[in-house]
Amino acid sequence: MKANQSPTSYHYVRPDIVELLASDELFTVADSQPTRAAFARTLLELGEKNPRVVVLDADVSKSIGTNQFAEKFPDRSFNFGIAEQNMMGAAAGMATTGLIPFACTYAVFASMRALDMVRNSIHYPRLNVKIAASHSGITPGPDGVTHQGQEDLSILRSIAHSTVIAPADPTATAQAVWAVAEYEGPVYLSLTRDPVPYLYTDDFPFTIGTAVTLRSGNDVTIIANRDLVIQSLIAAENLAAKGIDTRVIDCHTLKPLDHELILKAASETGAIVTAENNIYYGGLGSAVAEVLVENNPVPMQRIGIQDTFAESGPYLEVIDKYGLTARHIVNAVLTVLKRRR
Amino acid sequence: MSIEELKEMAVTIRCDIIEMICTAAAGHPGGSLSAADVVTALYFRMMRVDPQKPDWPDRDRFILSKGHACPVWYAALAERGYFDKAHLGTLRRLNSILQGHPDMHKTPGIDMTAGSLGHGFSAGVGMALSGKLRQKDYHVWIVIGDGESQEGSIWEAAMSAPKWKLDNLTVIMDRNNLQNDLYVDEVMPIEPVTDKWRAFGWHVLEIDGHDMAAVVKALEEAKGHSDEPTIIIAKTVKGKGVSYMENICEWHGKAPSTEQAEVALEEIRRCSSES
Repeated sequence: MKANQSPTSYHYVRPDIVELLASDELFTVADSQPTRAAFARTLLELGEKNPRVVVLDADVSKSIGTNQFAEKFPDRSFNFGIAEQNMMGAAAGMATTGLIPFACTYAVFASMRALDMVRNSIHYPRLNVKIAASHSGITPGPDGVTHQGQEDLSILRSIAHSTVIAPADPTATAQAVWAVAEYEGPVYLSLTRDPVPYLYTDDFPFTIGTAVTLRSGNDVTIIANRDLVIQSLIAAENLAAKGIDTRVIDCHTLKPLDHELILKAASETGAIVTAENNIYYGGLGSAVAEVLVENNPVPMQRIGIQDTFAESGPYLEVIDKYGLTARHIVNAVLTVLKRRR
Repeated sequence: MSIEELKEMAVTIRCDIIEMICTAAAGHPGGSLSAADVVTALYFRMMRVDPQKPDWPDRDRFILSKGHACPVWYAALAERGYFDKAHLGTLRRLNSILQGHPDMHKTPGIDMTAGSLGHGFSAGVGMALSGKLRQKDYHVWIVIGDGESQEGSIWEAAMSAPKWKLDNLTVIMDRNNLQNDLYVDEVMPIEPVTDKWRAFGWHVLEIDGHDMAAVVKALEEAKGHSDEPTIIIAKTVKGKGVSYMENICEWHGKAPSTEQAEVALEEIRRCSSES
């Protein structure tokens, strides 16, 4: 292992966050917000600009924050009650007439309760429905397993024509909302219930399908999405103290996957760790592994939810218990580097 | 079209259904034949459509929520001029525009993909909401099955349409009392069906779904009704027009042989000349 002599270089990460990465105080000090809130706030601006945008709710508008849209644009807001299947089907019907429906619910309901509609009525006919799913992954810590959408990304990724996006912070989420409204076709937007720090500077270049290198590094690459991006940056900082120069990539679009940036990282750093707050099967780790194994099978380790359900608890404590925090990512990096030797 | 002309067209469409399914050697004749009179009345009398402009934004919409009965839809579209009748012989074949269940991007005139039961109705609710929002005067017509009404999402949709006073939406239930396994009321009873829909806030009409004059009258009443969505419970006979298929469960999803098809076509035509 060569010692890292060059100054680390961060891209699009706020300087105050960079300073806090090595501090235990990061999550208490940093400005934070659930990405669902950034989504709801951005919808208000989007609704102003684009009269084709309509919002469909299933009795969690107060939780997601789309009740603000309902207040501002009552004609374009439709609360279907606790009936996610009908909401998804109606969203499909609206899209056939040229509207841009945002169907909003929790990830477990969007990806499972209403999956038949999501597959057959939205994705099969490739209708222009935007599915906004809060409580994705174990981001509702306290709510417990029934509300922890830990499979949603894997499920949505397996559907033909799907586009699956899991932004890491409120800034990227706001940009993602504009991008998905512009995009013609179904999109699944994964949002967090629990707060995540404002990670990015305003010039963060969000483009669907284009992953972003947040930290330069040459020894190993961590590829992460949503709320594990910040954990990966913390891990990289810890690894720097051990002399390991870690590259970190925010792979906010799970599908279509940015093969080019992943393969560049594989060839330049020779080892990959993926980090996702999602079940071990079929998500980011699987997707990256598929690309590597067919092109450049460098050693790789995955961080994800093992074959288990989690439990209730404060968000950071739950994800730590279930192996998803920086210390676990550090261990995975150390393991992958041993394998590379 | 006049009532007499509609009756003749329904005969033609029934014959198309038999020929199509016989040629494909697969498909769902029973529920296609039971819905034939309603679908004929819609496409040849009620609906504001232009076969030359299947994507016309102001057209009436039709959704066959019981998508497995699509042979009746394909036959109506072909007879109405949306595409060449020669396509009917390609049902369910590779590269055909006529899929085993309706695909809105493969077939001109199909307003919504359907097949998984309990979906099309919700899509129709979305289209009707969009029509209200944008002050369009198109009407949304949806045919659902009685067996399909066992799906929970049907009742989610049923609850939602009166909330928004979707009088621009009409549901016709093809009440043929048979589903894949058995009689509907044996598999999972849906009665008292008119009471259920009334309790959900619907304007409910009940008709003989094979009496063309009654079908047209009910569709007209539904279109003119204000402030509430209308459901027409159309009492029908599964396999209507073919004696050996009528009320026989196994003809839900089985194709007639060439010999059986000849008998069926002869019966359908004879029945027409007798009436």
